[in-house]
Amino acid sequence: MRRRDFLRNTALASGALMIPAFLKPFEAFAASDISGYKNLVIIQLSGGNDGLNTIIPFGNDIYYQKRKTIAINQPDIIKLDDMQGLNPNLSALKEIYDQGWMSIINSVGYPNPDRSHFRSMDIWQTASDSNQFLSTGWIGRYLDSNCQNCTNPYTAIEVDDTLSYAMKGAKLKGIAVQDPNKLYQTTREPFFKDLVHEHDNVNLNEDNLGYLYKTMIETYSSADYIQQTTKTYNVGCDYPQTNLGGQLKMVSKFINSGLQTRVYYVSLSGFDTHVGQQNQQGRQLKIYGDAVAAFIKDLKQTGKLDDTLVMTFSEFGRRVEQNASNGTDHGTANNVMIFGGKLKKAGIYNNAPDLSQLDNGDLKYQIDFRDVYATLLDKWLNVNNSLILNRNFAGLNFV
Amino acid sequence: MNNARNIKHLYARAGFGIRFEDLHDHENWSVKKAVRKLFKASENQEPITILTENLDLRHPVTDAEKAKSKDDSYKQGIDLNNTWLKQLSETDAQVREKMTLFWHNHFACICGNVFYSQQINNIERANALGNFKTLLLQVSQTPGMLLFLTNQQNQKGHPNENFARELMELFTLGRGHYTEQDVKESARAFTGWAYSTKNAEYTFTPRVHDDGIKTFMGQSANFCGEDIIDMIVAKKQTAIFICSKLYRFFVNDVPDMGHVNQMADVFYNANYEIKPLLEYVFTADWFYDDKNIGNLIKSPIDLLVGLNRQFYVSYQNPMVLIQFQRTLGQELFHPPNVAGWPGGKSWIDSSTLMYRMKIPSTILNAGVIDFTGKANPEDEAYLAFEKKQQLNVIKKVQAQPDWDKFLKEMPADTTREQMAEFMLEPPINSTTLYEVQNAPDIKTAVIQIISTPEYQLC
Repeated sequence: MRRRDFLRNTALASGALMIPAFLKPFEAFAASDISGYKNLVIIQLSGGNDGLNTIIPFGNDIYYQKRKTIAINQPDIIKLDDMQGLNPNLSALKEIYDQGWMSIINSVGYPNPDRSHFRSMDIWQTASDSNQFLSTGWIGRYLDSNCQNCTNPYTAIEVDDTLSYAMKGAKLKGIAVQDPNKLYQTTREPFFKDLVHEHDNVNLNEDNLGYLYKTMIETYSSADYIQQTTKTYNVGCDYPQTNLGGQLKMVSKFINSGLQTRVYYVSLSGFDTHVGQQNQQGRQLKIYGDAVAAFIKDLKQTGKLDDTLVMTFSEFGRRVEQNASNGTDHGTANNVMIFGGKLKKAGIYNNAPDLSQLDNGDLKYQIDFRDVYATLLDKWLNVNNSLILNRNFAGLNFV
Repeated sequence: MNNARNIKHLYARAGFGIRFEDLHDHENWSVKKAVRKLFKASENQEPITILTENLDLRHPVTDAEKAKSKDDSYKQGIDLNNTWLKQLSETDAQVREKMTLFWHNHFACICGNVFYSQQINNIERANALGNFKTLLLQVSQTPGMLLFLTNQQNQKGHPNENFARELMELFTLGRGHYTEQDVKESARAFTGWAYSTKNAEYTFTPRVHDDGIKTFMGQSANFCGEDIIDMIVAKKQTAIFICSKLYRFFVNDVPDMGHVNQMADVFYNANYEIKPLLEYVFTADWFYDDKNIGNLIKSPIDLLVGLNRQFYVSYQNPMVLIQFQRTLGQELFHPPNVAGWPGGKSWIDSSTLMYRMKIPSTILNAGVIDFTGKANPEDEAYLAFEKKQQLNVIKKVQAQPDWDKFLKEMPADTTREQMAEFMLEPPINSTTLYEVQNAPDIKTAVIQIISTPEYQLC
């Protein structure tokens, strides 16, 4: 029997019965569901971005006293109000800010801060208390919760080759897609294709083997859905030729082609600036600012900015006082930046960080990061935040 | 009952799998004999000694010296990872290494000092099959764990509860079996547990030790840290907690509390000796029940080590192995947090499953990869320092499997169905069987067998 015959024969037995059940959700969406579909884009700055040299409290003398060699000179700062301004490498964001599409939340952190990269990132990604260990991420728990249309992995897409902890729930997980075409090609290798189409029904049991087959089939159909939905859309705007630029361009392609995705996740590394901070952070901030500005302008043009919210965070800020190597060491509270076309409170959301009342040389947090998450969950993703954050947070008013 | 299947199951769980010729040789052994042989082979222990310098004792001053230290620390991390992975792939002491892996996850620790990680790893290996209480005490008193759980800051008048909490929550009793009061009081007992920053050795500092009366689990006295550990271990719950974790590691994701309690009896009555407990598990009838065979999801390390052992793979560029670990979600010495890797279904998402199904062909067939996995957070300093945005990607796998050796072990009359039955723990489905039987050559057939969802299970 040739393989083709084999395929044709057994398709009657198993493939025809099993596959449509998994493919059906994609076909079930009517085009009208797509308009008004809200997206959340999360940008992670890894390594602990120095918030004080990002959104600079130039109006506070203590800033200049504590940062003799790495403070940004007043004339170079892009002033937003009398107290705070943008690092000059973020100049591209000025226009975005002036349009009312950017909100800066100061002093975001959590009680008993941890200064280890991996632990603090873990806390931000799992939305745990600082003495609590969760094995699921907050976006993953959003997927697990009973939100509508959450059953497919592409409900949350990370533009990367692996999936962050934040995106893994107990039952459901997001999907990492660096390049939809590549993912599609990989899943269409004949051997995998046959495994997907010709498995025995018994393989879809609730046990681990069933889970593996189910994941394989979902990946297979998600790859198809993402590829088919996005392949004809071409992003019309120019993006900087950087990794982050490329990632956000991909997110734009996904959003504008109408992918039924609620959460996108991208990250940029290189912020652990213990030594020679100005050049290193400046370079990274320029990559960040230019890419985000291009992304926001692109979405404005395509009419999707009102349906999109962008949040940028880093696992911690850095110490107020610089170190002896023209750098900064690990700190605590930090700013979170929000972008979107429909912000309720654009501009600077709350008071600039208090540089005089420090906790052991570090900023005291004023806003719990889970209040930021709660806002996104309640007001943007329409799910009760206590289901995901394990207790209720009051949230903020930026949307 | 199929004896060969039981022997294969035993090796898949107690070790990293069995080779064809070994199975052929052992297939008529009783389970008892096989277990005895496995433990015999694990009497030997090889500590890892690749790292000779504790970089924390270097105290660099100039920027150039600091840069050198960072760079050396990064390289130490790679050396340590590769050395252990190689040892896992080549050792005959399979049970010992498998248990070292279990303790590596149980006492999850990232302290930023690779030399300390090596030290903890060696303690875990030396006591892997020994006494749990000894292991617990030794690990707790390493500079790495003291640093990681901030016990250096735990001083009389300013107790730091970090260590006391993790000790009970993650190392011994589990949540719900102690009170906040127990955490507070026992933290006082651990004041003064420290290590010298001069020679990095454990030292007790009486000056900062709180020698007042502590009330712990209903008893009051001037307890010291060792007393607290004795009292915790005296609780049967500690045996139950460890045994349910071992059950999930060796037997089934879903603990059968009847079996776990049997294990806890053995463990507790043997004063926490680990070897008799494992012998009990590996010779228990239920260990060989159908529902406990071929149902555990291999950890990424199980998968990579299994491939290395089965195909005698050597890697020209060891960074590839670190990329594989990162991509698959388990980088040795970099657990996600102090609770360790959650394991089971959490190993699998769309990406990791696709990589798991692709990696065998790249290793066995001179493949090219285009994924690197994420930099771990500790690498960020290195990246910023080197003014890089991401880690270099090694594209060519450059692995050398020894196909001749692998194929020579298979008798010439081995059918492809027998090969598939040998390499897969769960039953083979008809599609895989069809593909394998129709593969153009034997190598393709083998690669197909190990590129299946079934191969992810052990």
